[in-house]
Amino acid sequence: MNAVPIISVDGVSKQFGASSSFMRRLAGEPRLAVHALNNVSFEVHRGETLGIVGESGCGKSTLARCLVRLLDPDDGAIRFEGRDIATLRSVERRAFNKRVQMIFQDPYGSLNPRMTVSQVLNEALSVHRMRPKGDIPARITELLDLVRLPHDAASRYPHEFSGGQRQRIGIARALAVEPDVIVADELVSALDVSVQAQVINLLLRLQEELHLTLIFVAHDLRLVRHISHRVAVMYLGQMMEIGPSESLFASPRHPYSKALLDAAPELDPTQRSRVVAARGELPSPLDVPPGCPFASRCPHVFDRCRVERPALTKRASEHSAACHLVDFGAMPSALADAV
Amino acid sequence: MSVAIDTGLGLTVRGLTTLFNTPRGMALAVADVDLDVAPGEMVGLVGESGSGKSVTLRSIMGLIQTPGHVTGRVEWGGRDLVAMPAEELRRIRGSEIAMIFQEPMTALNPVLPVGLQLEENLVAHMRLNARERRARALELMNTVGIPAAERRLNEYPHQFSGGMRQRAMIAIALACSPKLLLADEPTTALDVTIQDQILKLLLDLRDRLAMSVVLVTHDLGVIAGTCDRMAVMYAGRIVEMGTVIDVFRQPRHPYTRGLLGSVPRAGAVRTMLSSIEGTPPSLTDLPAGCAFHPRCSFATDICRQERPPLLSLGNERKAACFHHDRVAAAEAIL
Ligand SMILES: Nc1ncnc2c1ncn2[C@@H]1O[C@H](COP(=O)(O)OP(=O)(O)OP(=O)(O)O)[C@@H](O)[C@H]1O
Ligand SMILES: Nc1ncnc2c1ncn2[C@@H]1O[C@H](COP(=O)(O)OP(=O)(O)OP(=O)(O)O)[C@@H](O)[C@H]1O
Ligand code: SF4
Ligand code: SF4
Ligand SMILES: [Mg+2]
Ligand SMILES: [Mg+2]
Repeated sequence: MNAVPIISVDGVSKQFGASSSFMRRLAGEPRLAVHALNNVSFEVHRGETLGIVGESGCGKSTLARCLVRLLDPDDGAIRFEGRDIATLRSVERRAFNKRVQMIFQDPYGSLNPRMTVSQVLNEALSVHRMRPKGDIPARITELLDLVRLPHDAASRYPHEFSGGQRQRIGIARALAVEPDVIVADELVSALDVSVQAQVINLLLRLQEELHLTLIFVAHDLRLVRHISHRVAVMYLGQMMEIGPSESLFASPRHPYSKALLDAAPELDPTQRSRVVAARGELPSPLDVPPGCPFASRCPHVFDRCRVERPALTKRASEHSAACHLVDFGAMPSALADAV
Repeated sequence: MSVAIDTGLGLTVRGLTTLFNTPRGMALAVADVDLDVAPGEMVGLVGESGSGKSVTLRSIMGLIQTPGHVTGRVEWGGRDLVAMPAEELRRIRGSEIAMIFQEPMTALNPVLPVGLQLEENLVAHMRLNARERRARALELMNTVGIPAAERRLNEYPHQFSGGMRQRAMIAIALACSPKLLLADEPTTALDVTIQDQILKLLLDLRDRLAMSVVLVTHDLGVIAGTCDRMAVMYAGRIVEMGTVIDVFRQPRHPYTRGLLGSVPRAGAVRTMLSSIEGTPPSLTDLPAGCAFHPRCSFATDICRQERPPLLSLGNERKAACFHHDRVAAAEAIL
């Protein structure tokens, strides 16, 4: 793709201070910090769905919150249509807030329990002056149709809805301001499988109809593969691999992506394996090793991995990975091309 | 599995029914559940949130308290656990039968070191001296793959990561080499790579100890990868049952079919999923007839009037649907 990316993330880092123990402070040791994001760079193209996957605590939500400017990175820049979002002021900032919307992980916590659906949508529409007052009721009906909620939903309160319906209210609220980009953090994780499918279908349909750019953060690989054009794999605050969904799932170019895919349960009971995909646990984010973050669990680890952090480098067009084994996962033909 | 019943081994559940008296009326959380688990067999239990999976396990274990009420029979080693005096039941719990709870943090005691909790279970059920207990505790921690077990035994639950807590729960459950393990979403809160480790551990233990396992999960992938047979629950009832291979190949209940279709698969990227429309019913206000009828695309008049019985269809297969033939004949999901 050669068009200007709608969003570009350039070397973004974010740390959180952790409470350090009294003994540590007495001993004069440095304050502990969680490196939630560590020099993350990637681009988002207009109209695509970019999936972001990784295990719990790898920094997905932190990244999502930086993208909508709920958090400011310590380092690096996030650009929206070429402008550094940290420099946006007043009018521009409001415009950005309207054009990039976030839908949150928790369908129960993100809606005000004392506001009816109509009040929730009315608020979103008025804050950004989306419609003349008189047109608002019609627009609310339109939005409810869009997310397939019954019209009588408007006068009801969040607790009167099921989890899937509440998640659709959240989507309607985000769509009310006609955004260009939606950042969805674990949009369907709290929902039952059958209800998940309803919400995913809705999202696929809305994206086609409204030409939305979608950043879909989730830990469910099957879902991410299903919905995304491209997928980014994170580990301990770092980008391990990013590439087109199909090629990344067919032949991952990073050992961590491969372990993640191997560990994800397959739906075919005739294809069973008793081999454990990855041993060991995530290292503590307070204590990220100096070399490759995956070195403590990687079956292919060698000396260099423990001392030198691999950079995210290109493997194929649109496909990059951060591993010292540049041929890892390469198809024999691609290998031949490279020689 | 008739063999299991003859030898008095394995678990036989008949007509298990659990009612809760709630302010909104009687909630039939588990209704007339029959379930057999042979020695060394792993049976999966799936269904939507609130369908009665956890209550089923807790009813088998005798852990339902008022306002709940359990009826039916739970045969284990020739005895009926439902009718058994509380004292006797307590002796069986934690020794012959163990349970892994959905929420490890609520099941572990936050103010006791993990090692002590392990040893407590050993004191209660096995005759070992202090040194043997310590050794056994260490061995268990190693079995479930908790690194640096020696030091970890003295730590408290909050010092463990989510995955390690889950494994500590499994270690405690396995302390007395149970013959039956009831595992309620043992891996749901975990990352896939850790989930994978724990499921494979359970399979190894199942093989080594000939332990029977009932595994509750909402992830069909977990069932596909581990279980021998599966039961699907909807609104408190088992609506389909069979070997995992058969059920996945040809579901005979529309709900099972819908569940299988809801899960994204490889090779169908960015296509619509076959979702089940609507939402699960309230247990205090179940639809008449088949509880699934408001969401079912196969429903006809009879479904709105009568409740379909769970019929045996041969080869360990059962389904509770008037139109299971039409469901089986419907186009394959994919
Ligand atoms: N406000 C905060 N203060 C301190 N640490 C934080 C804060 N927010 C996040 N962290 C830490 O930053 C790391 C990344 O967290 P983040 O929520 O981004 O992970 P995640 O990938 O979204 O995980 P999950 O899949 O569990 O939602 C974690 O170690 C977390 O504990
Ligand atoms: N103590 C109780 N009092 C009243 N109702 C209860 C009680 N415990 C459970 N229930 C009800 O019984 C039904 C079945 O609950 P259960 O916990 O077995 O569901 P589940 O299938 O395990 O769901 P999940 O997948 O969400 O864990 C639910 O509707 C629940 O509200
Ligand atoms: S850099 Fe080394 S340790 Fe890291 S993923 Fe590649 S081979 Fe494994
Ligand atoms: S009995 Fe009728 S309503 Fe119930 S699942 Fe079968 S076809 Fe659907
Ligand atoms: Mg998160
Ligand atoms: Mg449960």
